[in-house]
Amino acid sequence: MDKNKWKGWLYLLPAILFLGVFMVYPLIDVLIYSVEEGYNFASQTYFDIGFYNFSYVLHDPYFLQAVKNTFLMVVITVPISTGLALLISMGLSSIRPLRKLYQTVYFLPYVTNTLAVGLVFMILFKKTAYTDGMVNLLINWFGGESIDFIDGPYWAKMLVMCIYIIWVVMPFKILILTSALSSVNQSYYNAARVDGTGRGRIFLKITLPMISPTVFYLVITGFIGAFKQYSDAVALFGTDLNAAEMNTIVGYVYDMLYGDSGGYPSYASAAAIVLFVIVLTITCINLLISKKHIHY
Amino acid sequence: MIQSDDYSRIKRSARLHKKIFSGIVYLLLSIWALIVLFPFYWMLLTSVKSYSQYNGEYIPQFFTLSPTLQNYVDAFQAVPLARYLLNTFIFTVITTAIMMFVIVLAAFAFARLQFRGKNLAFTLFLSLMMIPNELVIITNYATITNLDLRNTFLGLILPSVTSVFYIYLLKENFAQVPDALYYAAKVDGTSDLKYLLRIMIPICKPTLITIGILKIIECWNSYVWPRLITDDENYYLVSNGIQELRENGLGRENIPAMMAAVVVISVPLIVLFLIFREKIMAGVSRGGTKG
Repeated sequence: MDKNKWKGWLYLLPAILFLGVFMVYPLIDVLIYSVEEGYNFASQTYFDIGFYNFSYVLHDPYFLQAVKNTFLMVVITVPISTGLALLISMGLSSIRPLRKLYQTVYFLPYVTNTLAVGLVFMILFKKTAYTDGMVNLLINWFGGESIDFIDGPYWAKMLVMCIYIIWVVMPFKILILTSALSSVNQSYYNAARVDGTGRGRIFLKITLPMISPTVFYLVITGFIGAFKQYSDAVALFGTDLNAAEMNTIVGYVYDMLYGDSGGYPSYASAAAIVLFVIVLTITCINLLISKKHIHY
Repeated sequence: MIQSDDYSRIKRSARLHKKIFSGIVYLLLSIWALIVLFPFYWMLLTSVKSYSQYNGEYIPQFFTLSPTLQNYVDAFQAVPLARYLLNTFIFTVITTAIMMFVIVLAAFAFARLQFRGKNLAFTLFLSLMMIPNELVIITNYATITNLDLRNTFLGLILPSVTSVFYIYLLKENFAQVPDALYYAAKVDGTSDLKYLLRIMIPICKPTLITIGILKIIECWNSYVWPRLITDDENYYLVSNGIQELRENGLGRENIPAMMAAVVVISVPLIVLFLIFREKIMAGVSRGGTKG
């Protein structure tokens, strides 16, 4: 038996080593970084301990811009993508022929490289000297004026950003909602049909309550995912997001750490902790709300 | 007779309503399918338009009558695209292999072995799932830099070889294997390691394959960590390659060649997806997180 006592730990050893070095230690270290004022990455020295890093970050206009951008993206994309995904998966589960085909097509964005497809979106929306681009062509058809969505006004950039985010997150949501819808017990629907209940009422009184835990799960993961938005912005606007006014909180963290504006791990740590607190708070609020409205 | 007439009329109108409804459903679903597919079509289309043709079109054309593969040649010659692909391939294969090794051992320990402190260790593991990557990446960047592992495969791979979530997923699957098998093997004098290799792994192969594929997708698309850790072109992965291409390579104007590169990068995963469609979709709905 004595041998067995250690065997388990032996099997766990690789995982513990990797997690210890690359997850537990960094977690403690990030807290230390965040309170070391004036930390110098090259000489690894600092002046003082305190909360100046947080104060610097919270007063940095780039950070405030990033917070504003991130909140806008979250508030716009989470409800729209969840609602749209719900609609599409309801449609999917009401048809038989071609259903597999549609499902396969809808899932494609999940397996594509964000940076690569983002480039395609950029070309579709971009207005250059040579061409107004595909989307502007459509706008012109409907009698609108051409807009440069990539280097143009703020609202246009935000619009493309949100469209792209929604395009990227839809596959996951459709997949999850479709499987939730197919697991609703059919006898509820049959009972409702016997009573002659209308479609709208069936949706509100049966479908929605039955899948509400799933919808809620998607809202929470959607919020968390959207708050960590970064790669999609890089894909559309390039690595200099501050110049494009489209930086996100995560982007700010990486900018502080690396690149032309980098070399400040303390500011990066403070910003990352602020992000973590925001996400944690929103998730807790979500959980509280859900207690009232979710039927398990 | 009048009543029966009424009945058939109601029946007919009900059927008509149903037809109209499903017609609308198909129409809306097709519109979304178009929105999803259009970027893919556009990237393929642009990649086969010649440079002069693309730049000559003030109003973009929706098809081309003279497709060319020259852009693919250009893309491979102007930037080390083959190198990026090879790097990504190496990175993906090694990372996935090491991760499989680590998580299989850990999941086995949690699911099957008895040892002191197991429950505490498992709880601690689970609590690590809440830690966002953004928090730990700062120190990891410092660690790798201080170890002088920037611009090496080791530096790229090491931080991404464990996943608490996959350990958890696999442990749940291992735990479903009946205890009787284990005791039978023990009676026969089989060692734990042999039991794991000969019995557990074959039984849980479907889950292992699913986890493997999900990890491959994740590796192929990873961008942030490789960007932090590499600034030498020889170690770029495809995501960074694409970004480099966009900002410095090819020149901003050679969009057809850029699209050719995008196609080359996207195809491997799309092929993988079409082959393992069922597995990937089942896996993601069980354990995917994105969105």
